[in-house]
Amino acid sequence: MLNLAIVSPLIYALFVPFLYKYVRSIHTGWFVLPLPVLLFLYFIQHLPLTPYGQTIPWIPSLGMDFQVYMDGLGLLFSLLITGIGSLVVLYSTYYLPKEKEKLGHFYVYLLLFMGAMLGVVLSDNAMALYLFWELTSFSSFLLIGYWNERERSRYGAQKSMLITVLGGLSLLGGFLLLSVMSGGSYSIRDWMAMADAWPQHPLFFPAMLLILLGAFTKSAQFPFYIWLPDAMEAPTPVSAYLHSATMVKAGIYLVARFTPIFAVSSLWVWLVMGIGMATLCWASFHAARQTDLKGLLAYSTVSQLGLIMSLLGAGALAFHGDPGDRRLYMAAVVAAVFHLINHATFKGSLFMVAGIVDHETGTRDIRRLGGLLSVMPVTFTVAVIGSLSMAGVPPFNGFLSKEMFFAAMVQVANAHLFSLDVWGILFPVLAWVGSVFTFLYSLLFVGKTFLGAPRPSEWPKRPHEAPVGMLVAPVVLAVLVIGFGLFPNVLSNTVIAPAVDAVVNGLFRREGLSVHISHWHGWTAEVWMTIGVIVLGVLLYRTFDSWKRVYGAFSQRLSLNHLYDTVVRQMEEQSYSLTSRYMTGYVRTYFLYILSVMIALLVATIVLKVDGRLSLSHLAEVGIHELILALVALIGTATTVAAKSRLVAIIALGSVGYTVSLFFVLFRAPDLALTQLVIETISVSLFLLCFYHLPKLSRHEKGVRFRLGNALISIGVGALVSVIALLAYSEKNFASIAQYHIENAYEKAAGKNIVNVILVDFRGFDTLFEICVLAIAALGIYALVKLKAPKGESGKYE
Amino acid sequence: MNELILRTVTAVVTFMIILFGIQLFFAGHYYPGGGFIAGLVTAGAIILLLLAFDIKTVRSMIPISYRTLIGIGLLFALGTGLGGLLFDVPFLTHAHGHVMLPLLGDVSLHTAVLFDLGVYLVVVGVTMTIIETIGEDE
Repeated sequence: MLNLAIVSPLIYALFVPFLYKYVRSIHTGWFVLPLPVLLFLYFIQHLPLTPYGQTIPWIPSLGMDFQVYMDGLGLLFSLLITGIGSLVVLYSTYYLPKEKEKLGHFYVYLLLFMGAMLGVVLSDNAMALYLFWELTSFSSFLLIGYWNERERSRYGAQKSMLITVLGGLSLLGGFLLLSVMSGGSYSIRDWMAMADAWPQHPLFFPAMLLILLGAFTKSAQFPFYIWLPDAMEAPTPVSAYLHSATMVKAGIYLVARFTPIFAVSSLWVWLVMGIGMATLCWASFHAARQTDLKGLLAYSTVSQLGLIMSLLGAGALAFHGDPGDRRLYMAAVVAAVFHLINHATFKGSLFMVAGIVDHETGTRDIRRLGGLLSVMPVTFTVAVIGSLSMAGVPPFNGFLSKEMFFAAMVQVANAHLFSLDVWGILFPVLAWVGSVFTFLYSLLFVGKTFLGAPRPSEWPKRPHEAPVGMLVAPVVLAVLVIGFGLFPNVLSNTVIAPAVDAVVNGLFRREGLSVHISHWHGWTAEVWMTIGVIVLGVLLYRTFDSWKRVYGAFSQRLSLNHLYDTVVRQMEEQSYSLTSRYMTGYVRTYFLYILSVMIALLVATIVLKVDGRLSLSHLAEVGIHELILALVALIGTATTVAAKSRLVAIIALGSVGYTVSLFFVLFRAPDLALTQLVIETISVSLFLLCFYHLPKLSRHEKGVRFRLGNALISIGVGALVSVIALLAYSEKNFASIAQYHIENAYEKAAGKNIVNVILVDFRGFDTLFEICVLAIAALGIYALVKLKAPKGESGKYE
Repeated sequence: MNELILRTVTAVVTFMIILFGIQLFFAGHYYPGGGFIAGLVTAGAIILLLLAFDIKTVRSMIPISYRTLIGIGLLFALGTGLGGLLFDVPFLTHAHGHVMLPLLGDVSLHTAVLFDLGVYLVVVGVTMTIIETIGEDE
């Protein structure tokens, strides 16, 4: 049933184009909507959760099965995916007009993505996970490039594809290493069970780094976040769904999932926590400078993902501390999971708000917006709730998770592990700074869009409140924001606790794990930090216009985007210039490559492998005839090479050929001698034919030009082949099989000419194909000569 | 140019060359020779004709399509090989034996000769196709 639930969106996607094509009167979104709703209901009935798994054999011989397992983490993500998915489909039904858009494409991509995402979070088999992982990248690529006639869309789609697939491939590498470490298993639960012995394994760190690279690229962590702002070219429902609530959290999921395996390593803690914190600060700082509503939300998503990531890193400390401390570090995981839910709710609603503003006014540029408060009161309310939750203001849910975040970071600063007591103080400070900017851009989001004086002249369209259907989804999310804010413990023991249990796999099995989230802890550090955030944030907002020139220091040329563009362009240009440098188009150059590589490889092999013993014991006596013939052949060869005229070269070559046939006579090979004689005659006449028909223009009789490189290489090849022949001849290890032929030619094949018997009888098979070669050559020549394109139609046969 | 001498000599010599070729072919299994060289020598005889006469005349003397000859030769070689399959032996297994024929008496026959005949025909066809094609080309 669980397997079916995962693939049901993929199967349903098959039918969507038909619904789109044949039922044009109804918006296709309405047909799609029931599926995520049903799936959501299906997943929610698993509460309270008892983990269970299922396996459908796929390629059992390779250990790859469609093996699914539902624990707290998987369930939490499944609920997010299907829940937000339902709302997004509902929203998109009103957002995308059915007359203008290719809805069939849109919903197919969206369903593909939904199925892939469910597969990622519920797969227990790493190969299945990887498969779904790439499917999310792919469907996200399609969705970002949905308006493919726009150049920016294609650019954004390509960028996200390149970056996420880079991570995806490294993830595959990580999985393969883990599989090697585990002796061939691909089940993540098996890995967890075996992982105790792994930290000493030489592949442990490579596997960890590869998996982290996969997670960081997918979750848009520093410095791989650059694809996410460009992915905002997608339709807004897509941004809301993929780039705030689901896909970008696949990396978070991965880190959480692999925490039980890697958390024992200090590098893991430092990397996850450090990169997360860097992402938080960097992105929240840059979010405030954005002028595009969705750009602002994109950077805010990046920074919030960094926050969750750093919390997961802090949570990994639970695997180190003594049992008393564990619970304190575990609180970081609780915060991460809780913030994950909160972020999905408020960021989803904020994206929808941005979509509504865009839809109603025709622009998302906050320099042209303002004063929409009176026009869109409902949207404004939703925006305020979402923003304040994002900023971490009570009584919304963002406040709770922000408090827990501060608490966790303060806890980290006090840890006595991995030199955290020296550098740990950075974490609460950076977290606080990041939160100040988070507060600032949250205020900017609301303030620049809805407050201030209306500027109707700037708006492309006459705005009015969005239709009710479009408002349903954001209002539901806003209600959830308030609901989770006021009653956080609805979630704590049903959803959060099982998820945390999955992340800190087994640490609290004996004591049992319960989560309680409360609004008020007394006057602790985090309260003061929150107050500081609010005060300084408001101050910064008030004075924003006077200090925003600071951003000018971060010029476009120094940005990571510029780096990415340069790298992509340079790679293209450099590989082009490299190729055009060695692919000269001259056969001569390629011969140089081929022969020098041949020399290099063979010399290396001889030097490394052959213990140079030349045994001269089985050499025959040299007679005077052989010497004379060899001399003639040498003179012929030298004449061929040195000849000034082509005619001399041809004749000299013929003389070499006839000498060879004399050699055959001398070495008692009459058949060969006969054949060589005739063949040499024919080929010399063909050469003469070629010579005679050379075009007049290039017929200058010039000698061969001397080139040192050519000479060296040809001398090298000659010497090398001679050496190899000598070496091979001096190590004749086995007797020849010729004796069999000599003995049996008459006995078995009724012939006395052994050569001919071998040709037609013992090895007639070769001869059969040699005459085929001759036939092909003749037909080839016939075709070449006869099938010439008539003049003026030379392109016809190309 | 009067080519009387050349043509007369050709008329005499051609048959000798062809006979030599046939001799090479049939002797191949016992003495130097065989289908390949015999084919070349036969082609040489026809080339001599080409030198003495022109292409059209030679074609009317020997009205053979050499490209068809290649095909026939290949069929002979292949057929000889496939023939073995009928007797439940591997491809290209040859059979030989002594047969009493009327008039000729005791003759030793060998299927390898059929294979060699295929080689012979292909070589004649190939050589003549190449020479004729290039010779006809303007």
